[in-house]
Amino acid sequence: MKLIVNGQTVEAQAGETLLTVLKREGINVPTLCHMEGMLPSGACRICVVEVEGQNNLIPSCSFPAAEGMKIQTNSPRVINARKTVVELLLGSHPDDCLYCAKQPTCDLNRLSRDYGVTSRRFPVAKKKKPLDISSPSISRDPDKCILCGKCVRVCEEVQSVACIDFVKRGSDSFIGCAFDSSLNVSSCVNCGQCINVCPTGALMEKSDIQTVTEAMADKNKYVVVQHAPSISVSLAEEFGLAAGTDVNGVMTAAFRKMGFKAVFDTSFAADLTIMEEASELAHRIKTGGVLPMMTSCSPGWIKFVETFYPELLPNLSTCKSPQQMLGAMIKTYYAKNQGLNPGKLFSVSVMPCTAKKFEVTRPEMGREGNPDIDAVLTTRELAQMLRIHGIDLKTLSPEEPDMPFGDRSTAGKLFGASGGVMEAALRTAHFLLTGKELGALKVEAVRGQAGIKEARLKIGALEVGVAAVSGLGNARKLAEEIKNGRKDLHFIEVMTCPGGCINGGGQPFARNKAAIVERMRALYTIDATEKLRTSHGNKAVQSLYKDFLGKPLGEKSHHLLHTKYTKRKASDVA
Amino acid sequence: MSAQSRVEKVLEKYSFATRDKLIPILQDVQGEDGYISKHAALKVAKHLNIPASKVYGVATFYNQFRFKPVGRNHILVCRGTACHVKGSAAVLKMAEEVLGIKAGDTTRDGLFSIEVVACIGACGLAPVISINGEFHAKITPDKLRKLVDDIRKTEKSNGAK
Repeated sequence: MKLIVNGQTVEAQAGETLLTVLKREGINVPTLCHMEGMLPSGACRICVVEVEGQNNLIPSCSFPAAEGMKIQTNSPRVINARKTVVELLLGSHPDDCLYCAKQPTCDLNRLSRDYGVTSRRFPVAKKKKPLDISSPSISRDPDKCILCGKCVRVCEEVQSVACIDFVKRGSDSFIGCAFDSSLNVSSCVNCGQCINVCPTGALMEKSDIQTVTEAMADKNKYVVVQHAPSISVSLAEEFGLAAGTDVNGVMTAAFRKMGFKAVFDTSFAADLTIMEEASELAHRIKTGGVLPMMTSCSPGWIKFVETFYPELLPNLSTCKSPQQMLGAMIKTYYAKNQGLNPGKLFSVSVMPCTAKKFEVTRPEMGREGNPDIDAVLTTRELAQMLRIHGIDLKTLSPEEPDMPFGDRSTAGKLFGASGGVMEAALRTAHFLLTGKELGALKVEAVRGQAGIKEARLKIGALEVGVAAVSGLGNARKLAEEIKNGRKDLHFIEVMTCPGGCINGGGQPFARNKAAIVERMRALYTIDATEKLRTSHGNKAVQSLYKDFLGKPLGEKSHHLLHTKYTKRKASDVA
Repeated sequence: MSAQSRVEKVLEKYSFATRDKLIPILQDVQGEDGYISKHAALKVAKHLNIPASKVYGVATFYNQFRFKPVGRNHILVCRGTACHVKGSAAVLKMAEEVLGIKAGDTTRDGLFSIEVVACIGACGLAPVISINGEFHAKITPDKLRKLVDDIRKTEKSNGAK
């Protein structure tokens, strides 16, 4: 069908919304409550357009295109209405943009500027509600909330956690947990997807920059850093570079410039995780252990199982996440080798993830009262730290990470994408079980952005069923199938965030899904272009076993690299 | 009957219910318990297989649901049109002031609770309040304060016995 938009004829398909058509034509229509790939809610009304023959302005996000429609997207009436929407939203929003960490990426701020709002038109009408800083990962400021409902939708429809919802009604309404409890006692899994969709500063990560800065200034502290596989392919976006640009080398240089004593690559620990996890899988298969085995790298997923599926706890791999494995290695092996007192070591990790801030607080993740990781920074916080230090990535020359935890295979690097842990594990499991490398070292079926990816493949005489799921809503679907007796799967990789860590709750705010696709592509490009592509081929990992750990699943590994899980009570789950 | 079994009794009536029965169930629970307890809300959520946040969200949307047990003396303040014209806003303000609680709340000693209603259907008596079902016509803030004082005295002497 044909539509006329601002005097130009454009094509549209039946069933498409006006917004979809306009976006495709490159016509800018602002949105606040719209979520790519989800049903429209029509809550914010900022996307209104004028349709000839209609008395009222039409919200383009939820109105179907029809043959011959004549649409104005920038008429004075439309612009005025959008400006009024912004002014009304600001009527219940504080004026503290100067002091708001979200300011440069705030949608409300941008729209206010774009539509020429230069003064407050309506007096503040909002009752003050207290900040919720109870969670180690997420801080909530209800005063800055514009009730677009995106956090509620992502929590329920994407993650199937649903720990928040609209509470009360009309001008009294706010977003809150059941019984108005704070986030830390609720079933929140700390994934931070709500932060990524929040158009304002109502939801932010709990910042740990201050803690890290103070530790670095402390002469008695020896501060080291590790960075997760997905950081090097997402950090660039914070500095205006194209999504998917790999800045691994210059980022390493930047860490040193800021004063970190050693820079380690969490991807090394991902290789270590694979050695343990693939051995565990092989062991479970050989000895008739609990199957399917489920990965345990994603701390949001772990809390999800502990809260909603305690009956599946025996299915979780006992392997710690790469962050925690490296944390344990730094405070034991590295400290001993360097002659450092573990109490003086301050171990920082840079993660794409807000749930990692929770993971480090788990009492089992340390020894003698000392946590293995002392502070977690998200990618966004790292970018902020670089800005504080005035470091321009473009002026730095690439540097190599520090040994003994610097070398990695590309398999470890793949941990940043959904399906990557699975592929890395299969490469090594195949080698462990058959003594031969897995064909082309490629498992195409578990690659890509799909939420549930399944494959059956032969490892020697054994046919194994594997699945890689991302987004906890998809994980719940699979968990229900397993609970109901599904038996054909041996190994399941679960990543809390849709697409994996590249889309984690601590990553740069992506303009659209294309940025996430680019980050994923960057990881697979690294895998396609480098030589060392298997975790078991990583010499640094082999020598760690030779010098210190012994063998995978050995006694030392058991103490330092494996963990246990507990059934968790939440204030909103019976 | 314990609170636990009262909720279970309600849920028994709704064995195969889906989420569209949430409001009738909440009404029945409140009918039994006098309010929606946290325990009951969690049970209802589990029964209907919906998140507790959803139950709480729906329940707080409607004025009819309370989340604390009513006090021994439950004061309904009519805020209908006629009562409003006759000054019920000042009556409500006095009630909240003299009891130190907001509408919808219960005093810590469990003696009083306040609820706002849209219309009691006794506009001729405006402004009107009802305490435990007993109507008090043409109420003023001062009259209300005296009523509360009297109840407090009675409760105190009953408690002393």
